[in-house]
Amino acid sequence: MSHVPERYEDELLSEEPLSDELLSDELLSGELLSVEGLSVDYFDRAEPVHAVRDVRLGVRRGETLGVVGESGCGKSTLVTALTRLERPPAVITAGSALYRPREGEPVDLLRADERQLSALRWRHLAIVFQSAMNALNPVHRLGAQFVDVLRAQRGLSKKEAQERAGELLGLVGIPADRLRAYPHELSGGMRQRATIALALACEPELVVMDEPTTAVDVVMQRQILKQIGKLQAEFGFSVVFVTHDLSLLIEIADRIAVMYAGRVVEVGPARQLYENPAHPYTAALRNAFPPLRGPRRPLTGIPGSPPGLRHPPAGCAFHPRCASRFAPCDTEEPELLPAGAGEAACHLPTHADAPRTEEAPDATD
Amino acid sequence: MPPTDASKPVLEARKVSKRFTLHGPGQYGKEVHALEPVTLALHPGRITALVGESGSGKSTLARLLALAHPPTSGEIRLDGERIAAARTARGKRAYYRQVQMVFQDPFSSLSPVHRVRHILGRPLQLHGGAQDKAARERQTVELLERVNLTPADQFIDKFPHELSGGQRQRVAIARALAARPRVLLGDEPVSMLDVSIRLDILNLLGSLRDDGLAILYITHDIAGARYFADEIKVLYAGQLVESGPGEELVRDPRHPYTRLLVESAPDPDRIAPPPDPDGDDAPPGEPPSLVDPPGGCRFHPRCPLAVPQCATTFPPRTHLSAKRWVHCWSHDAGVPQIPQADPVPHTDCPVPHTDRPVPHKDKDNSP
Repeated sequence: MSHVPERYEDELLSEEPLSDELLSDELLSGELLSVEGLSVDYFDRAEPVHAVRDVRLGVRRGETLGVVGESGCGKSTLVTALTRLERPPAVITAGSALYRPREGEPVDLLRADERQLSALRWRHLAIVFQSAMNALNPVHRLGAQFVDVLRAQRGLSKKEAQERAGELLGLVGIPADRLRAYPHELSGGMRQRATIALALACEPELVVMDEPTTAVDVVMQRQILKQIGKLQAEFGFSVVFVTHDLSLLIEIADRIAVMYAGRVVEVGPARQLYENPAHPYTAALRNAFPPLRGPRRPLTGIPGSPPGLRHPPAGCAFHPRCASRFAPCDTEEPELLPAGAGEAACHLPTHADAPRTEEAPDATD
Repeated sequence: MPPTDASKPVLEARKVSKRFTLHGPGQYGKEVHALEPVTLALHPGRITALVGESGSGKSTLARLLALAHPPTSGEIRLDGERIAAARTARGKRAYYRQVQMVFQDPFSSLSPVHRVRHILGRPLQLHGGAQDKAARERQTVELLERVNLTPADQFIDKFPHELSGGQRQRVAIARALAARPRVLLGDEPVSMLDVSIRLDILNLLGSLRDDGLAILYITHDIAGARYFADEIKVLYAGQLVESGPGEELVRDPRHPYTRLLVESAPDPDRIAPPPDPDGDDAPPGEPPSLVDPPGGCRFHPRCPLAVPQCATTFPPRTHLSAKRWVHCWSHDAGVPQIPQADPVPHTDCPVPHTDRPVPHKDKDNSP
């Protein structure tokens, strides 16, 4: 970690393995992935930037967990840390991410070494990126990229791999003859579907999707989402779906985590976040999408802009933009505490003297 | 600002089309049929939304209106007068005094080496609003206040990189307003911005509309178009397929493509999963290649209602009401044959959609 200034070396993640207690925690065993206290810093200048702070998340088996936030909220940093694709100057400084495969020992992804990671990748953990053009190798035919993975990971013969590649493309509605095509010969939507098929090549248990539909049109987005849902029902994998589009997540996710300024500020069932958000930011974000139906009422955005992480506001990072802020908001950072069927990091529900009436104007409609 | 008469269009595109010639080996003689003859009028105090997928030709139309390309056929009229002189620098400058454009990406549309003062002061100087320095300074401050960048003295000396995306887009809009235009062409002005600040920019466009500006709002977000536009026009593969008041068009889309767009849009209030437009196992359809577009209605290869006629002849315009028309053969017979639209019954619909006007065919307007 030569890029980290010496004086910060104490802050780095300890190499010690997790205690047996944590590893055998029966309470959490329903979760495929349990993330605790994850923090990621960027050490590119004199002072580290805390891009992700103390994130706690659980991904249950077979569910779709949505992660939503605006640009700079740390959602992509979170994803790259979880998949251990973080690159300098990003450094994981604290936390654990316990992955419990159906078969075999639980693994802490944050402390896994390269050998463990390469055993996990593809077969347990796959990722779909936003830019399919960059995820596929432009100088190899589509088929070669599938065959490569299938032979290396599953030990198939070339012929078997070819057949399997054709089947995989079929799953996402691409005719098998497109295996001969180069990535640039496919449309954007087809490329994105091909990367999804590639991610599923080894039937992983967890698929992380970082804005998989942001670069495609709305009709193609709908078709891709439909296919992801169908494949998920068939293979039973869990999805972590990262996007900035809350209105989309409410439709497709089982649970949603809302991120703001590097922290998870609310997490809960999708319907609850939509109908009864506990955090004013969630409510404001929900109201920032013009609805497709129903009467038109005046809509307001959120005043101000998302904070820079180099100098985040004191207390609750959202307080400068929050309509319901009161005494403790600009000094005390709220903790993520139970709220309804989920959790929220906001002073409003926990303070008896909180100004309930001034809650975001929309919370009840 | 010259007097505006809301009933007369400021800027019109009359049957403009655009084909781009391809170059390179194997492509000689090939053309991209980007835009088929399209007629569109922008009125003072109205926002007209142009909705379509990427490659539908919506930016091409905006660029034709901004004189970035000459149209292959058809003409552009400003206040009823044909724009022909605009090939000279002087003619262009006169045109841009009336018609200004806001681009999608505020990160690349502002010069990084100039301060906001220069970015706004330069058009003020060029377009004759302010000749001396003091007047320019005053008007720059006024512009910043108009786009809610207040206090203005905090922003006037900033470079673009010191501003957030939303602030930059406000500067881009202020720059467009510096010429005191009567028409604003917005090519996806909010799609690069964070969700929480999009609404502010759209509300700003709404208030400019109330000040009498004619606005073209190009977008792929049909829900946003419903909210902010007075009128929506739907473009598919270079052909205008449907037009109408925003609310009505989204509630009761009559062209199969418009329905597909509405059904594909994210909608947390959706009760039932959207019906599958392509059938469960059909490969997903995509917009056609415009180098060799399908004949007739370009949507026919994906259309659930397609009949043989669709592949040969583009359907004529069917008027459903004074402000509503559609190009679809299923509407041509006099009685709309689209199966029951709007699968989700909504109690708050002000107009029950059984009240369909009897369509009549308009022979003059078909392209």
